[in-house]
Amino acid sequence: MRHLLSMEDLETDEILTLLTTAESMHDVQRREVKKLPTLRGRTIVNLFFEDSTRTRSSFEIAGKWLSADVINISGKGSSTSKGESLRDTVLTVAAMGVDGLVIRHHASGAARQVSQWVDASIVNAGDGMHEHPTQALLDAYTMRRALGDLAGRHVAIVGDLTHSRVLRSNLICLARLGARVTVVAPPTLMPSGIGTWAAAEGFETSYDLDAVLPSADAVMMLRVQRERMSGGFFPTPREYTVGYGLTRDRLRLLQDHTVICHPGPMNRGLEIAADAADAARSLILDQVSAGVAVRMSVLYHLLAGGSAEPAARAGAQRTGATTVHEGVS
Amino acid sequence: MTRPDIVVPPAGSDDEPGQTAPTSSSARVVMGSGDVSRALRRVAHEILERNKGAHGLVVLGIPTRGVALARRLVQVMAEVEGVTVPVGALDITMHRDDLRRQPVRAIEHTDIPAPGIDDRTVVLVDDVLFSGRTVRAALDSLADLGRPRAVRLAVLVDRGHRDLPIRADHVGKNLPTSSSERVQVLLSEHDGVDEVRISGGNR
Amino acid sequence: MSTATTLLVKGADLAGAGAGDLLVRDGVVVEVGSVSAPRDAEVIDADGLVALPGLVDLHTHLREPGREDAETIATGAAAAAVGGYTAILAMANTTPVTDTAEAAERIAELGARTGLVDVQPIGAVTKGLAGEELAELGLMARSRARVRVFSDDGHCVHDARVMRRALEYVRAFDGVISQHAQEPRLADGAACCHEGELSGRLGLPGWPGVAEEVIVARDVMLARHTGSRVHIAHVSTAGSVEVLRWARSQGVAVTAEVTPHHLLLTTDLLSGYDPTFKVNPPLRPAEDVEALRAALADGTIDAVATDHAPHARHDKEHAFVDAAFGMLGLETALPVVSEVMVASGLLDWAGVAQVMSVRPARIAGLAGHGRPLAVGEPANLTLVDPQAQVTVDRDASMSLSRNNPWHGRTLRGAVHATVLRGRPTVLKGALA
Repeated sequence: MRHLLSMEDLETDEILTLLTTAESMHDVQRREVKKLPTLRGRTIVNLFFEDSTRTRSSFEIAGKWLSADVINISGKGSSTSKGESLRDTVLTVAAMGVDGLVIRHHASGAARQVSQWVDASIVNAGDGMHEHPTQALLDAYTMRRALGDLAGRHVAIVGDLTHSRVLRSNLICLARLGARVTVVAPPTLMPSGIGTWAAAEGFETSYDLDAVLPSADAVMMLRVQRERMSGGFFPTPREYTVGYGLTRDRLRLLQDHTVICHPGPMNRGLEIAADAADAARSLILDQVSAGVAVRMSVLYHLLAGGSAEPAARAGAQRTGATTVHEGVS
Repeated sequence: MTRPDIVVPPAGSDDEPGQTAPTSSSARVVMGSGDVSRALRRVAHEILERNKGAHGLVVLGIPTRGVALARRLVQVMAEVEGVTVPVGALDITMHRDDLRRQPVRAIEHTDIPAPGIDDRTVVLVDDVLFSGRTVRAALDSLADLGRPRAVRLAVLVDRGHRDLPIRADHVGKNLPTSSSERVQVLLSEHDGVDEVRISGGNR
Repeated sequence: MSTATTLLVKGADLAGAGAGDLLVRDGVVVEVGSVSAPRDAEVIDADGLVALPGLVDLHTHLREPGREDAETIATGAAAAAVGGYTAILAMANTTPVTDTAEAAERIAELGARTGLVDVQPIGAVTKGLAGEELAELGLMARSRARVRVFSDDGHCVHDARVMRRALEYVRAFDGVISQHAQEPRLADGAACCHEGELSGRLGLPGWPGVAEEVIVARDVMLARHTGSRVHIAHVSTAGSVEVLRWARSQGVAVTAEVTPHHLLLTTDLLSGYDPTFKVNPPLRPAEDVEALRAALADGTIDAVATDHAPHARHDKEHAFVDAAFGMLGLETALPVVSEVMVASGLLDWAGVAQVMSVRPARIAGLAGHGRPLAVGEPANLTLVDPQAQVTVDRDASMSLSRNNPWHGRTLRGAVHATVLRGRPTVLKGALA
């Protein structure tokens, strides 16, 4: 695997391999010596054009626990009328000799564009409203640890769908793992073209949260920004909470085994009640802990290996000894 | 955009990555099923003798086939001493020194049994001892997990050609080979039969 | 540059009306038909070529003054000539904005100095393109630049009252407002991808077709109410076409233009987030492209206009939402129209003459352009090789910029020669 730009880049078996590796990585977190030598000598730059202490620290710890050299660079927000072009910015960083570039940017598609300009392996840590693949992977990891195999499970994703990159990555990841997904939002917060999109990809849409919750095995609440109010997407926070918030009352609609997720940061009281966030069935803190393990897994799979093609494996020389393999000189 | 691949190498003798059982007619069997079980029995006795019993032992197999061998050794020891020695697995992928030379490998399972390894005598078990790099990686991996009182190495086959100053304490069979030959260990748990084969070579 | 004052174009297909020769003396067509070459004449062998009246572009961005790193009047004029144009109208969104007589005269003068193409400045509708107060429309009209077309292009004149005043005011000198139709409350400055399933999947801010259509609908009603002419720039949706059709049936004095890229390129080109395809209005789905072609063929849309929008490389080397809007178009317009409209039989060459020369000249009030190929008319000509296959190479361009969406495409039809008042500016596809 060269880059992780989008969940579209991963087939089901690759997702499962990443999650399995993450389990081994998770064990490392519990040891006294939280260090593996695997990425020693590799340099990783966290190039964040958008602030995110949480995600950036998660990637930083992940790289450091694998013994990589990790550097954080805060990219200036570049626009056409001032400052460096995005291309110039990333070329400058890459010229310092970087193996892996973890990029978060406010613009959808930025990670893919960057991957065309530099040689390093690129991890998309969130590009605008487009995708956040490691978030989807850690969400899947966390849900699987709680629920087991996700095939046939019903996952409800609720909130500001239009502006959510977590949604887009999760839709792809959950589909590849065989889960059934229903997305819930008021009409103004559903992405354009969602009707044809849902029909094409096989997920459901609903405006009625109360109707969807009873059959859900997992409920994923997405953050709703209060700023969306000024865009006229919904009248008041109060009205949003009554219609689409995971309130204390709505907890009663859930089945006993149903779990609650949230990618964070949470607006307690807006999209999720404190009781829900702190409930025993809430996986929110598990998601954070899983984040490091999953990111270690991703960094491992992107950066540990060499560039040898699979076909060349058969001819790989054993260090210090020559072993002749069949058919290969 | 080319689809990236996560490569899962097929199971094979660990010192020779990526091999599958050959169907070459030049392979010759140097240990049959009876030879293997006798060798394991003797190794289990040797471990107990050296340790003066089963006290404080932890047996860790190096995946893939080292794990099955470890379990078999522990079973013999239980027959002899009436005690079940803790047994587990130690994946060494993350500590390999040749990661950059190949596509990324999937990680195997590490399972350290209940009492841990601190102050214990750890017996590492592998099927073939060749360059010694696998064992070096295992020692590094152990160092991250704790501080054993002692570490011993038991292997089914020692085929020579060490790159590092590493030696086995207990050897099922010494097999002098030329470096161009290939040694294959097949175990019934994985391959349906117990056998050690040698193939290839410039003859 | 040729210095002969006598030019003979031999054996061309005259705007699809059959083969003939054109003899030009002192910038005027003096003989049409079967002509033997006078001794001093420069001869262009036009066997196999189609002769059109010189092309006229209602919508070009020359970045001078202000962004001469992206294009100058000289380089833009060269690109225009190579594209077969004898006249281009230069949009007002320069720095400073062309909102005074002096600014307009300066651009006209720089254009005249190139000797390659007639550069007609467009004046801003509002001061500084701010959309609030009318610019000195009358003074610009009276100036030596003789401005007749006014536009805030880049921005929509979104305030209904300001648009009404503008429509009324320009009647005094037979001017016309060219409207960039984009209701900012429905599609703001961040909007960059046709609003639909693709924008949802890609996470790009949507630019719904209705944001254009509500302005087109409003402005044709205002034009009807005020009895004025209105022109709609770069029409991009089937819905806008419907409104235009209705308005014409009601006798409203509305004209409209479409760009070459909206006739062929579709929104799915945005899936790779390549800013080369970022343009305003955005590329639309196939249904809209089909409707635009049909509208151009049946006259609901009057003209093709390039909206040539050069950008320095670094202004496009940004994330998609941050990159500048716009594509080059002058040098590829004729091949694209030939490929899309002529090869498919939607237009013949006489039709191309109408949409790329005659009607634009009339809309712009350029008396010397878009004239018939007849005796007594100014010799502004474009000779087209309808069979030539051209693979577009963005690096082989007269423009200073390289934001070319056609790079690597093969198009059928190429400009062979361009003649400005009897003088060839382009021969064999290159500057003469």
